[in-house]
Amino acid sequence: MLNFTIRRLMFAIPTLLVISFIIFAILDLAPGDPTASLPMTVPPEVRAQIRSTLGLDEPFIIRYFLWLKQFMITEPLNLIESSFGITIGEGDRLRLTSWATRSPVVDLIAERMPQTLWVVGMSQIIAVLIAVPIGVISAYKQYSWIDQLGTLFSMIGFSVPTFFTGLLFIVIFSVNLGWFPSIYDTNHVVEDWDSFVFQIKQMIMPTMVLALFTAAQISRYMRASMLDNLNQDYVRTARAKGLKEQTVLLVHVLRNSMIPVVTVIALNIPTIFGGAIITEQIFRVNGIGQLLITGIVGADIPLVQTLTFIFAALIVLFNLIADILYGMLDPRIRYE
Amino acid sequence: MSDTSLQEMPKASSLSRDVWNQFRVHRGAMAGLVIFTLIVLAVIFGPMIHTVDPGFMNIRLRNAPPSWANPMGTDNLGRDIFAQVLQGGRVSLAVGITAMLLALFLGALIGVLAGYYKRLDGPLMRFTDLFLALPLLPLLLVIIMLFRDTLRQAFGPETGIFFLIVFIIGITSWMQTARIVRGDVLALKEREFVLAARSIGTPSRRIILRHILPNVISPIMVSATLGVANAIITESALSFLGLGFPPDFPTWGRLLFDGKDFLTLTPERVFWPGLAISLTVLSVNYIGDGLRDALDPHIRGR
Repeated sequence: MLNFTIRRLMFAIPTLLVISFIIFAILDLAPGDPTASLPMTVPPEVRAQIRSTLGLDEPFIIRYFLWLKQFMITEPLNLIESSFGITIGEGDRLRLTSWATRSPVVDLIAERMPQTLWVVGMSQIIAVLIAVPIGVISAYKQYSWIDQLGTLFSMIGFSVPTFFTGLLFIVIFSVNLGWFPSIYDTNHVVEDWDSFVFQIKQMIMPTMVLALFTAAQISRYMRASMLDNLNQDYVRTARAKGLKEQTVLLVHVLRNSMIPVVTVIALNIPTIFGGAIITEQIFRVNGIGQLLITGIVGADIPLVQTLTFIFAALIVLFNLIADILYGMLDPRIRYE
Repeated sequence: MSDTSLQEMPKASSLSRDVWNQFRVHRGAMAGLVIFTLIVLAVIFGPMIHTVDPGFMNIRLRNAPPSWANPMGTDNLGRDIFAQVLQGGRVSLAVGITAMLLALFLGALIGVLAGYYKRLDGPLMRFTDLFLALPLLPLLLVIIMLFRDTLRQAFGPETGIFFLIVFIIGITSWMQTARIVRGDVLALKEREFVLAARSIGTPSRRIILRHILPNVISPIMVSATLGVANAIITESALSFLGLGFPPDFPTWGRLLFDGKDFLTLTPERVFWPGLAISLTVLSVNYIGDGLRDALDPHIRGR
């Protein structure tokens, strides 16, 4: 198992390096000048100075390695220092700074991360809670009306884009019914029961939008995987032993069917982070998706480079997790 | 075999007839086909019947409720929403179909090359894996931001953005097609008819065009339908984030983006374009589902 994990890891690292290079190159070689948005009255020599303070005079490849070093070595060291209160080396390193705010990019991202993680994490849990029962019942009662309904639900779920469900939710639940606030208040602090209820209320719509979209996909996989297992010999054996139908279904079949579904869930998580870009924009959640949009609109290259790379790293990471999980859960996969 | 036994054979059934018969059984797919055809017809011929200029501003009729003259009401500048939805549909469908064609071409090309030529298989598949690991939505947004102005100067605001959006959606959504096609080509390559063709000295190019491609047409068709759905959603998402087509150039996503600030006043403004996107994507997905069943000989036999 360790061998398998190491081999996967060895493959992930070069992938990440190539991707980081592609992202850096696209952003760096594109036409456009960071000083273009400055007022016309700024004289050209000042512009040149600004460009050189931003480090734009160096050759492309040097800037790439500098960025890589800042992101891969400097920032992790800073993180270790700040969390353990120790100083490694000289302790004062050149940090990757955003052009727009002049503050370290990693700090900006760390500020925004919790909101995104809350929304994405909750939506993922709710999605699984919705999808697994639908998938199990659909497969158990294949071709019944409840199965047809489940199919319709999942078809609608992944055909209706999240930006439309989000707006519909706002129209129905905020404008007409007035149940939930349409804007996510990030400054809200949970201190007593009432503020906790408010927090739940403001989280319901963003998480449900993402959860419904994800649940639609997971329930399809769940149904297919259950159907595969229901026709296996071991199910007949279990029934022949006189086990209760409930035990057969929920212990024997469900456990085996969850194996591919768990990996699908893991593979799906980066997509949800991508989907969160849209949801955060609708409900004004100030998470990393919104930070990315702000960075893009403001042409803040270092911020956008880092964020895009984080999204790429998430994809590679969760691919790795899915592979390892699959190997752990299903011994047949560990080909070694 | 005598002539009589030939005549007694059941009525000739071509592959396309079999596929159509199976497709017709799938109720969802038939409903999808009908709805999609209706949407396409409405978008093409609608502006000829409903001859209101989508850009015409009638300030006196701001935020008007639906009426005979404006079946979906008007927006905050007094423009007719129905005309805008029709016009936007033209753009959204055009983007969806063109981007799908590009993705399909790339996917089929890379899939066939990787499956047929052993030397290219490794590098091309690593390349595909790399593309699959790219964060697509952030990257699309970034590319649009960076190249928008250059293309706008080169081709004009609308055509430039159209090319850019079609191009980037196309080059970022071919990977699934390539993988499926490669798998099928790998299996086909070992079949006897390919061996026979090769033994009489058919050049590779002709084997691919005449023997391999017609046999992988069914997975390509299924990914074509899913590709249209995907492209329409991506384009709408980009426009919805404000990074798609320029303002006052209606597409379904753009209409949602413009309408989302008027949710309390005129909720219909987001309802109609959103419904149009959802219905189109839903019907296309159902068509794809039915097509997959109809083209699968295992299911068709039943």
